[in-house]
Amino acid sequence: MKVKVKYFAVLHEELDRDEEDMDLPEGTTVRTILDRLEAEWPEIAEYYDVMQMSVNWEYATPDSELSDGDEVALIPPVTGGQDV
Amino acid sequence: MFKITSDEIELGDVIRAVEAGDAGAIVHFLGVVRNNTEGREVSYLEYEAYPPMAEKKMAEIAQEIHEKWRLDRVAIIHRVGRLEIGEVSVAVAVASPHRKEAFEACHYAMNRLKQIVPIWKREVWADGAEEWVKPDPVFFQSKT
Repeated sequence: MKVKVKYFAVLHEELDRDEEDMDLPEGTTVRTILDRLEAEWPEIAEYYDVMQMSVNWEYATPDSELSDGDEVALIPPVTGGQDV
Repeated sequence: MFKITSDEIELGDVIRAVEAGDAGAIVHFLGVVRNNTEGREVSYLEYEAYPPMAEKKMAEIAQEIHEKWRLDRVAIIHRVGRLEIGEVSVAVAVASPHRKEAFEACHYAMNRLKQIVPIWKREVWADGAEEWVKPDPVFFQSKT
């Protein structure tokens, strides 16, 4: 199955791309995506401790199961608005 | 109205979105690009968002406000892209029959915005360096 994966802010820059399609086995979870990215770029594991992830615009966890056509995003800590 | 935009934000946009005949109070908040962070001179800011999820989360904040204060008139606009010093990055407006609830709900909306809406800010310093802003540690205890 195909899943779209989106990267934002610091992850967008570090991975040098803002999104990609991944071919994944049926019944897989978000963790498979995290593992693949870590194999490509081991330092990304440092971000895993502080970031969140979403599936179809809702916060999710590494154990969230994925379906064909899902949109996954890796979400570094957000800073919406100003420090006022 | 819950919107991510690359256009300049006008205060009137959020005010008009919450105006109603039974509103005795409209409280609004504008976030503005400041010329320094803890004394270090800022040249400009860049905001990035995940627009569909950001707008969905803004709508959820309005739903939370409905549940807490029974107010239904909330508008939130956040700008993305390059913003210069003094420009408006975010506007929030809440209308209410009475002022107390409107003040409280507007404050609440901004706090929640910073917790759950996927928007990122990069500071570009006057000396040419730049970095993505990290949030307060409290963020990590209040994820959803």
